[in-house]
Amino acid sequence: MCTVCGCGDSVVEGQTPHDHSHDHHHHHHRGQDLHFGQGPAGVAVAGMSQDRLIEIETGILSQNDRHAAANRARMAALDILAVNLVSSPGSGKTTLLCATIRAMQAAGTGPVAVIEGDQQTANDAERIRATGAPACQVNTGKGCHLDGHMVGHALDHLDPAPGTTLFIENVGNLVCPAAFDLGEAAKVAVLSVTEGEDKPLKYPDMFTASRVALLNKIDLAPHCDVDLDLYEANLRRVNPTIDVIRISARTGEGMEAWLGWLAAQRAQAAA
Amino acid sequence: MHEMSICEGIRRVVEDAAAAPDIARVTRVRLELGRFAGVERGALDFAWEVVMRGSKAEGSVLEVIDLPGRAMCFDCAKPVEINDRLAPCPDCGGGKLMPEGGDEMRVKDMEVA
Repeated sequence: MCTVCGCGDSVVEGQTPHDHSHDHHHHHHRGQDLHFGQGPAGVAVAGMSQDRLIEIETGILSQNDRHAAANRARMAALDILAVNLVSSPGSGKTTLLCATIRAMQAAGTGPVAVIEGDQQTANDAERIRATGAPACQVNTGKGCHLDGHMVGHALDHLDPAPGTTLFIENVGNLVCPAAFDLGEAAKVAVLSVTEGEDKPLKYPDMFTASRVALLNKIDLAPHCDVDLDLYEANLRRVNPTIDVIRISARTGEGMEAWLGWLAAQRAQAAA
Repeated sequence: MHEMSICEGIRRVVEDAAAAPDIARVTRVRLELGRFAGVERGALDFAWEVVMRGSKAEGSVLEVIDLPGRAMCFDCAKPVEINDRLAPCPDCGGGKLMPEGGDEMRVKDMEVA
């Protein structure tokens, strides 16, 4: 792995790893304060010699955050609405996404594009392309999440038109993607009714980071003894402000509410 | 699971800060981690040793300063400190808490030789 940008393990579909230049690091900020040659560091720390203590005070994910901020600025300039879809594997993200794209195409709500994140295979991007929407598969290799840098390269690759609704389907994982800003307008969590009512309590960070939870596969609810109200109560316990939409990609129930939410966000992005 | 990526982030920050030629190596790095940062200490220690290899911080000691979890209680409408992500409000016992802090992940400082 490249120790400068850490990009060696991730592959943007259609590119060989590392065939990009590292020009994007030339604007690398060196904003941290380094206090050399000022004598005592002014703070007493047990076990640390004062004159060789260097203050840093820099966020660990600051480099990711810079990539995310660049993505956000780039998309804002083009009135692109980016939604980061997060969930566990098998929640039905891709099926829901295909149904969403088909509904948006039927309603004529403007261009749609998709960035697909998975550890391996281009299966999901192929499913998206079958709807007619452009998709870019990002394989993260061993990585458990997409990061701002990968999404920046995927944007280069996709080159979305102004006004595009961009769905970023994150790696199926309810833990790590919560911490990584990609430059999206909002994270949307997809949670299927077969996963158990206590999922939000077990993996609270992801649901706290999300603005909306799509409670998916509700057509299966009668067959699996689940309490949909308890799902909602647990979601609100970890995030009192979360919007919950009960939905089924298969029957189309709830699609209207979801498309309405997207339309409201698009109106905001274009404002 | 993402502790490896976090260590890579730390390595970049530390290498930038230790780039001066008069710094031979980094002996100790201190982080500030919020209680809700989602960083597992055991996994971090494991990743630390692996990721720092070949850098000036190879073999350095990793110290973590824990920062408290903070949340806004929607029932009593004020900020409170909580230790557990699912803990009720320590004042009113309410369960509607929105985390507002405690997700910090910062490299605070380092000792160099």
